Amino acid sequence: MPKCLLVGVDGSDSGKRALEFARGRAEDLGARLVLAHVIPWSPYSFNTPEENEQRHARRQAELAAAEEQLLGPARELAGDNIEVVTLAKHGDRAETLNALAEEHGADHIIVGRTGESRIRSKFFGSVPSELTMIADVPVTVVP
Amino acid sequence: MPDLILAQSIDERISNAMNPVSSVIEGIVFFSIPVAGVNLPLIVLWLVAAGAFFTVYLGFINLRGPKHALELVRGQYSDPEDAGEVTHFQALATAVSGTVGLGNIAGVAVAITIGGPGATVWMIIAGFLGMSSKMAECTLGVKYRRTRPDGTVSGGPMYYLEKGVAEVTGRARAGKTLAILFSLSCIGGSIGAGNMFQANQATAQIIAVTGGADSPVTNFRWVVGLIFAVFVGAVIIGGIKSIAKVTEKLVPLMAGIYLLAALVVILANLPAVPAAVAEIFTQAFALESATGGIIGALIVGFQRAAFSNEAGIGSAAIAHSAVQTNHPSTEGHVALLEPFIDTIIICTMTALIIVISGAYLDPVAGELGGVALTSAAFATVIPWFPNVLAIAVIAFAFSTMLTWAYYGMKSTGYIFNDSETAETVFKVIFCIFVIVGASLSLGPVIGISDSMLFLMAIPNVIGLYILASTLKKEIFTYRAKVASGEIAKVEH
Repeated sequence: MPKCLLVGVDGSDSGKRALEFARGRAEDLGARLVLAHVIPWSPYSFNTPEENEQRHARRQAELAAAEEQLLGPARELAGDNIEVVTLAKHGDRAETLNALAEEHGADHIIVGRTGESRIRSKFFGSVPSELTMIADVPVTVVP
Repeated sequence: MPDLILAQSIDERISNAMNPVSSVIEGIVFFSIPVAGVNLPLIVLWLVAAGAFFTVYLGFINLRGPKHALELVRGQYSDPEDAGEVTHFQALATAVSGTVGLGNIAGVAVAITIGGPGATVWMIIAGFLGMSSKMAECTLGVKYRRTRPDGTVSGGPMYYLEKGVAEVTGRARAGKTLAILFSLSCIGGSIGAGNMFQANQATAQIIAVTGGADSPVTNFRWVVGLIFAVFVGAVIIGGIKSIAKVTEKLVPLMAGIYLLAALVVILANLPAVPAAVAEIFTQAFALESATGGIIGALIVGFQRAAFSNEAGIGSAAIAHSAVQTNHPSTEGHVALLEPFIDTIIICTMTALIIVISGAYLDPVAGELGGVALTSAAFATVIPWFPNVLAIAVIAFAFSTMLTWAYYGMKSTGYIFNDSETAETVFKVIFCIFVIVGASLSLGPVIGISDSMLFLMAIPNVIGLYILASTLKKEIFTYRAKVASGEIAKVEH
């Protein structure tokens, strides 16, 4: 089975470096790339009635924005020589990236370092550190 | 102090102007027949009958449904592809923060003051029956909801009354009439129970914790009202979402603190609990008592429960209808948890605390009424709790006002074809009544609030009866599919 790498796309500089790193690895290995953007969302949040009313429309808008602003440019950055799939999904970032990796048969997850301050990540954690704790496949964090 | 005299006269003038209006409306909605020497308002009978009818007609769904409801809330039947849509948990949480509030704190105290401890049992029974009517209205709310071209979703009694009743009876005009009647009374209910009652009780609690009769605020209730009105206006007219967001987060936190404190008070009085429970049950079925015995306890218990959980009123169907689901019955199941949380759990705990503390036996209890009585009961064990309760009451009152402003706005939108001008006029009127509600004394406010709220139940319950067989088919077909495994749990 050909190899598959899942890359977290978030529009940040380190995210772009992660994608470049992944592209290099994919070219070397002849692997597919899955470019995924996760929109932070929890099924257990407390919303106002207006938010619920507009949720369906907002979700569509968020997915469209992710495709246009993040995944489209990322696909271009990946170039034409590699087989690329792009995905946008709502959920907890680390958990969803791991689930998508499993769903698409990715054997490696590559993400950028999010660069939160030490204090912030101590209290709230960060996506890369959480991912390294829960992921079922190896994770590479690109600085 | 001319300022003070002026201020008193503003409060009094508002009170004097509203009192006659309040008694006329109350006289109509609460038209009563004497039963065993106690007045039984027909509207209370109307709601209880609806709850009892749907409990039997849907085969005691309030006993059989909760297990599946919990599975739905935990997302066990949610398609992972729908991530980002409104979940069952979110729809339930939004609806619960609209209903949990002063009805649970002030309403229970009012029930026990007027109906004695026995009213608690009847509140629980009303909550149990209310689970069925709540399920009925929320299932229909989703079934007949309307999705606009821009993707926003609106649902609620006005839509199932219009579309559903027309579909079943073939009389479009009958459906439309019921829908308009519902919307009009919903606008009234939003201004009464959803606004004036909330503003009134929040103000009362602020006065209580700042020194009671000596409080500097006592003669400036309208100023407190004005401050509330400015905040409500900032959200509903100014569109400042951050205030609404903070409130939405604060309410569950406050509810948690409230329940925790309630447990502390109950545990501190553990030896007194059996006696309190016995007191509640004997009073509930006592033929004679100071407060009118079984009938008095029953009526006031049912009335306060209905006010608290709003089952049969139709309001929750508006809040529940934005959920993502392919089967309207799923949200009906989830909705039946609402009276359970609101009335059976939270109200019962409040009642226990009031009875254990004996606060309701105080000769001035009747004057205290509402929140002040609950506050006094908590203070017997946790002396500083009234301050926390004041914050909780303000948060609950504020979130309930925002939710009801939404219900009122949806009803206005329904009547005036989503006209923005009409909705803005409604919002301004809503803010003005925050000040009115804060200024009045409790009596007339309860009168108006109850009347307008219960008026909504008339068109709504008529619609529920007309749509009963459609509803039964919807729910039973769904349950059969779940039982057969055609609708299966989703692996996450």
